[in-house]
Amino acid sequence: MSYKYDPQAKYAKSHEWVRLEGNIAIIGVSDYAQHLLSDVVYVDLPEVGDTVTQGESLGTIESVKAAEDAYSPLSGEVLDVNTELENHPEWINEDPYGKAWLVRVRPSDLSELDNLMDAAAYEAYVNEEEEKGAH
Amino acid sequence: MNYIPNTDADRAEMLKVVGVQSVAELFHDVPAAYRFPPLTLPPALSEPEVIEELNALANENDDPHHLACFLGAGAYRHFVPSVVDFILQRSEFFTAYTPYQPEISQGTLQAHFEYQSMICALTGMEASNVSHYDGATAAAEAVIMALQIGRGKRNKVILSPTLHPQYRAVIHTYTQGMGLEIAGEDLIGVALREPEGTAGSAALLDALAGLLDQQTACLIVQNPDFLGRLYTPAEMQALADRVHAVGAQFVVSVDPISLGLFVPPGRYGADIVTGEGQPMGSPLSLGGPYLGFFAMRAADVRRSAGRIVGQTVDAEGQRGFVLTLSTREQHIRREKASSNICSNQALNALAAAIYMAAMGKHGLRTVAELSYHKAHYAADLIGKIAGYTVISRWPFFKEFIVRCPQPVALINEVLLDRYGMVGGYDLGNDYPDLQGHMLLCVTEMNSRAQIDLLAEALEEITTMNLERYEGEVSRG
Amino acid sequence: MGEPLIYEISRPGRCAVSLPECDVPPTPLPEGCVRDELPLPEVAEVDLVRHYIRLSQMNYGVDTGFYPLGSCTMKYNPKVNEAAARIPGFATLHPLQPEASIQGALGLMLELQEMLAEIGGFAAVTLQPAAGAHGELTGVLMMRKYHLDRGAHERNIMLVPDSAHGTNPATTSMSGLKVVEVPSDTRGNVDLAALRALIAQHGPKLVGLMLTNPNTLGLFDENLLEIINLVHEAGGLVYGDGANFNAILGIVRPGDLGFDVLHYNLHKTFSTPHGGGGPGAGAVGVSAALADYLPGPIVKQSEADGMLRWYMPPKSIGRVKAFFGNFGVLVRAYTYLRMHGAEGLRAVSENAVLNANYLQARLRGVYPIPHGDRTCMHEFVAQGILKDAPGIRTMDIAKRLIDYGFHPPTIYFPLIVPEALMIEPTETESKETLDAFADALLRIAEEARAAPDLLRTAPHRAPVRRLDEVKAAKELVLCYAPACGG
Repeated sequence: MSYKYDPQAKYAKSHEWVRLEGNIAIIGVSDYAQHLLSDVVYVDLPEVGDTVTQGESLGTIESVKAAEDAYSPLSGEVLDVNTELENHPEWINEDPYGKAWLVRVRPSDLSELDNLMDAAAYEAYVNEEEEKGAH
Repeated sequence: MNYIPNTDADRAEMLKVVGVQSVAELFHDVPAAYRFPPLTLPPALSEPEVIEELNALANENDDPHHLACFLGAGAYRHFVPSVVDFILQRSEFFTAYTPYQPEISQGTLQAHFEYQSMICALTGMEASNVSHYDGATAAAEAVIMALQIGRGKRNKVILSPTLHPQYRAVIHTYTQGMGLEIAGEDLIGVALREPEGTAGSAALLDALAGLLDQQTACLIVQNPDFLGRLYTPAEMQALADRVHAVGAQFVVSVDPISLGLFVPPGRYGADIVTGEGQPMGSPLSLGGPYLGFFAMRAADVRRSAGRIVGQTVDAEGQRGFVLTLSTREQHIRREKASSNICSNQALNALAAAIYMAAMGKHGLRTVAELSYHKAHYAADLIGKIAGYTVISRWPFFKEFIVRCPQPVALINEVLLDRYGMVGGYDLGNDYPDLQGHMLLCVTEMNSRAQIDLLAEALEEITTMNLERYEGEVSRG
Repeated sequence: MGEPLIYEISRPGRCAVSLPECDVPPTPLPEGCVRDELPLPEVAEVDLVRHYIRLSQMNYGVDTGFYPLGSCTMKYNPKVNEAAARIPGFATLHPLQPEASIQGALGLMLELQEMLAEIGGFAAVTLQPAAGAHGELTGVLMMRKYHLDRGAHERNIMLVPDSAHGTNPATTSMSGLKVVEVPSDTRGNVDLAALRALIAQHGPKLVGLMLTNPNTLGLFDENLLEIINLVHEAGGLVYGDGANFNAILGIVRPGDLGFDVLHYNLHKTFSTPHGGGGPGAGAVGVSAALADYLPGPIVKQSEADGMLRWYMPPKSIGRVKAFFGNFGVLVRAYTYLRMHGAEGLRAVSENAVLNANYLQARLRGVYPIPHGDRTCMHEFVAQGILKDAPGIRTMDIAKRLIDYGFHPPTIYFPLIVPEALMIEPTETESKETLDAFADALLRIAEEARAAPDLLRTAPHRAPVRRLDEVKAAKELVLCYAPACGG
């Protein structure tokens, strides 16, 4: 399978992406993640003002067969939450890098970006995962 | 062996296919030193023998089937229409597992969807699950759900002291590893001062509201409460508003039969409504199996535990039903699930559904009204007997408190021995300040003649020398 | 041609019950408290009965046919159990009646406690938990409190094998403890080397290990004694998930092997009906060291006067339920046990295990069985992966079984086996039934190659076709609209 990647974004091993716009970080899940989940039926997100921590859960994405945590790729304060996803969870499947952003965060430590992969490295990582998972 | 169809000849053929000489060989992985232990069990009985033994055991009990019963306190003797058990015993319902294969489980699934609908109708709420184990565990699950809604940031739970004592005990048990602050139970004094003077106000609800803060996940009250008191919708709404003002959940535990008559919690601000569903079609059966019903706001269902049935369509567009939202549950979420519940009380939920459908809006109202009028008739009658005081000067449904001239256990023993009656609940068991107070329960199953006899008996008891009975009770 | 909802057959003014006239003077109803609407259906008795009978006909139970649902022990439910539970001297007892008036019921419970303790090799038993998962919560809370009472506040880690039922990790979290997963080895046992490493890492923080044995692959762990020993040496306790007890009645006693606590599923092993998902009963047995922690009340005989009384163990974790347990279920389990005796129970497990091995042998070579080289216990796990039928999945095979008149096995569990088909025949099935089921699965394997669409669109002979679960989860319709929302 081939998946889409946003070249502007950086990625976590747990399949979330983060993209900086000015000094604001936008966070979502990757095309590969939505493929693993299959049809998303519900998204549970934090509240504005919450603090999120790199590597810790920031919410839950639910499909018919699984409910997986989305882990925050960066630490910071939640400035905005994509409440549209409540009514349109399928956007995660349709447009994971666009309409289906999860939260906007004010990062507390930009050096955390160094712990993430760029698009090329992430693509290689996904291909590796695919091979491991094949049976 | 009755229930094992295979014969020695069958087994011999099967062993050949398996490729072993004997059945014992199949257990070679079991450590030899411990294999095939002799068990010391009573010898096997045939069917007629086991029935005889069970009848002998049953005959050692004094059962309310043959006696008048004025005992409630969380388990109630209401009429169960014959259709309920008749339908329950349909094998297709009775011997099915959880409906994991919806195509051949539409009977269970649709019946449970209808159960959910009728629980919503009864409680005035938007959504319901298919049950918890009983009223107590449903209350505990409400606490856990409120903690979820509070996203783990709120860790205080306020319990009314007049929530059923066993429900409070179960909440403590369930949450002992969660590091919660549980407040409110010591306010019983406030509830008990009321009977002496301030009938009509709800000092207890006020005092409970006084404990609310930003750390509070939920506040739970029972209505009618364990002491029988019915709080008015206005009092409850006022409390709900104060609970919501701090962002907490308002949980109400309720007697479902009372909802045949009284305004449901959904109309006075409840976020979660739980209760003991036993009065709707399940026999008393010494305390189980019962069912905990659980109703909530539609927006909160994903934070709830337990099975939920949803409507959908099949490949041809025909309406059908499936278990839905199962990603919340333990078999998928594993350690991240908020509750471990798997088996529930599905058959009791079916019984409750049949009961509600059979009663309908008029039947349930009649049951509630009969209970109400008979309980008030009994309270009037008993209140006139010298030595007894009815302290329930508040609105009540079918249970009220009588202060007795002798220890309650003693009175109950005489009622059982001499009059063939099961007396009321000894409130001194749970509330030290209520030693000598009996909680009496009257339902549509109690005839006027029974109530009159109870009053006569209570009066006669005041003139008896109870020393003989003292001996009996002190053994207990 | 679905059955209408009960609300859709409702007509104003109908009622299916008759109730007595009020024989006392009425009392005015309290002001402001009476509801003005109650949206319950209104149906006549005949319509009510037909509605539910038609619904029942859309269901499948053990009395309908073979129900090899792995891990669920869908054995035949003897009808004498039902007669027993309905004896008025049991069915109408109020739970708060004086002890003196329920001596027969208490006697039944005491004897059931003792029989279960004997079968499991334990010192004491509580009958209070209402289901298996409820028994797990009971057991894990007891393990936690046991350590706390010894001042071991740092112990907060529970080891759980990756093959465990989801209830095990969920129970652990619910008890405020942390789950650490233990992998399985290539023979389907707990991976001993990994277990040793985890114990070395977490030893002083260990609460214990939750172990299902036989495990969910249907295998009796070949290193069981060593596993238990390792956990005990690290100061941990071993919890036994008794979901698979049907394999070991009279074969081995978990208490003898060193299990400290175990829950019994009376609705599986001891033949009480599942009722479409409950009620169950999840009695818990414990070693002497944990006896004082049991939830109560349990039944004890008074030494002074021989009376049977409710008794709260001194260090009890508290109540896990109102009253005393699912008594009606306990009566059924008691009846079953009394009809079997020691030899009868051993025959149950022997036949359950033989039936499973026979089915495993009949399917070998057509359906992959990851541990098919081993003797299985009461169940085994095959895979819905067929040669030359790459597009066919376990789901398709399961749905096609419905067309052959069988309830499908448990599917997609345990999670560690891809495309799992978990098959548990139980002892109450005859060789002919097992053969018919095996024949159906073999024929389905042929169909998968010759006519795969027949599988993909199955079932064809059920009351409905495959249902849209995505729609159900996305567009939540959880009640009949006019009934809900107050």
